[in-house]
Amino acid sequence: MSQLHELATRINGQDIVRQVEPRLLLSDFIRHEVGLTGTHVGCEQGGCGACTVLVDGQAVRSCLMFAVQANDHEITTVEGLAPDVDNLHPLQEAFWETHALQCGFCTPGILLTLIPFLAENPRPTETEIREALSGNLCRCTGYQHIVDAVLLTTRQAG
Amino acid sequence: MKPASFAYLAPDSLPAVLAALDEYGYDAKPLAGGQSLIPTMNFRLAQPAVLVDLNRIPELSGIEMKSDGGFTIRAMTRQRDVERHGRLPAIAPLLAEAMPLIAHPQIRNRGTIGGSMAHADPAAELPVVAVALGATMHLQSRGRTRTISADDFFQGIFTVDMASDELLTAISFPPWPARSGWAFLEVARRHGDYALAGVAATITLDATGRCRAAKLVYLSVGDRPVNARRAAELLTGESITAGLIQAAAETAATTEIDPAGNVHASAAYQRHLVKILTGRALHLASQRAKGPS
Repeated sequence: MSQLHELATRINGQDIVRQVEPRLLLSDFIRHEVGLTGTHVGCEQGGCGACTVLVDGQAVRSCLMFAVQANDHEITTVEGLAPDVDNLHPLQEAFWETHALQCGFCTPGILLTLIPFLAENPRPTETEIREALSGNLCRCTGYQHIVDAVLLTTRQAG
Repeated sequence: MKPASFAYLAPDSLPAVLAALDEYGYDAKPLAGGQSLIPTMNFRLAQPAVLVDLNRIPELSGIEMKSDGGFTIRAMTRQRDVERHGRLPAIAPLLAEAMPLIAHPQIRNRGTIGGSMAHADPAAELPVVAVALGATMHLQSRGRTRTISADDFFQGIFTVDMASDELLTAISFPPWPARSGWAFLEVARRHGDYALAGVAATITLDATGRCRAAKLVYLSVGDRPVNARRAAELLTGESITAGLIQAAAETAATTEIDPAGNVHASAAYQRHLVKILTGRALHLASQRAKGPS
C-alpha cells in the first residue's frame, strides 16, 4: 500500500485539504472525495473530454492527472460557473437557449473547454469553434446546436 | 479502470530527480505531462512501482533562443506553450505547422515536448519533427550528461536510447536555413486522432534554385519516425520538377516505409497515403522554399 500524501488545493474558490493515495485520479477525487459530481467520467483515457476541468484557468483532462498533482493548484469545475440556477453563466444561458444539450453528459466538459477558449478568442469563426470542440465527444445532441450556442454568446458579448 | 498503486515522489530539484532515477532504476518512471503515461496506467498496461513527478522543477521548462538562430526547448515545456510561442513560425515553421495536429487543446495544455519524445510513439508528430529538423536530445543522469541525435535516439516502438537512470532534459534545434520550405501533412479520421499516415518534408534550395538538401520523415508507417533517405537523395542537387516529386513519392511509398496496417487502414492504403501526401508535401515545401514570387 502506498503512502498517503497531503493535498492542499482550491476548488471553486474553496480551500480543500485532504490526505490522498497517489493513484487517486483528479476526476475521482473531485467526484468521490469532494462530492462534485458535475464532472463526468467517460473513457479514462483522454479521448472523450467529459472530465475536462480548469487547472489554474486552463482546460485539462481530470482523468489524466493524479489528484496529488493538484497540490498548490486551483481547480474550477462546472459547479463553479454559476452561483445558482437563476444566475447561469452566459455560456450556460446560451446552451439553454439554443438546445445545445440533451442528456448533458458531455456538457460540463464542453463548457469548461469553451470558457478559456472564448477568453482567449472572443470572436471565433465557426471553424475555430469546431476545432476547439474537437477534443470533446457528444453522442446525442450533435455539435450544430453547441456551435450555435457559442455563436450566440459571442454575438451577445457584442 | 484505475491505476495500480505506486510510490509517488515529487522532487523539487533536478539533482533530486536524478538521484531517485539512480536509486529506483527500471522500477521508476518519470511523470512529465502524463497524457500518455496516465492512460496507460489507467488500463494497467503500465504499473510502475515509483513515479518521479517532474512538474515541480521550473528549470526543466522554457525555450531559449541562441544567437545563431537555433533554439532549445527544455523537456517539461508544455506543448501549448510551444504552440503559442510568438516566434515559432519564424524559427521553426515545420514545428509550428505540426503543433496543432497533436491530439486536442486540453491534451496540449498538459502534454510536454520531452514527454512525447521520450514516449516515442511511432504515430506521434513531435519525434518526426525532431528527426526532420536534425534535433539533438540532451540526456542527464547522476554525474553524467550526453547528447544524441534525434535520428539515433528513436530506436523502435516506445523505445529510445536512454538508460533507466537517464532523463531527457532538453531538445535543441539547429537554425532554420535560408531558402528553405517545409510541409507537415497527415491523414487522420478525425482532427486530433492518431494519423493513419503523415509526413514532414523540408527542402533547402541553393542560390541557383536547385535543391541543396531535402528530408522526408514519416509517422505511423514504421516502428519509429521513418527517415526516407533514398527518396530525399533523389531530390538533392536537382531542380525540383513535378516528375522528380513523383519519383521521390514512389520511392518513399514502395521501398522505404514499413506500414503494418491496422483496423482503420490496410498497409496498402497506408502506402497510398504516403505517396499522395509526399507529392503534396514536396510541392508545398518547394513553393515555400522559393518564397513569395
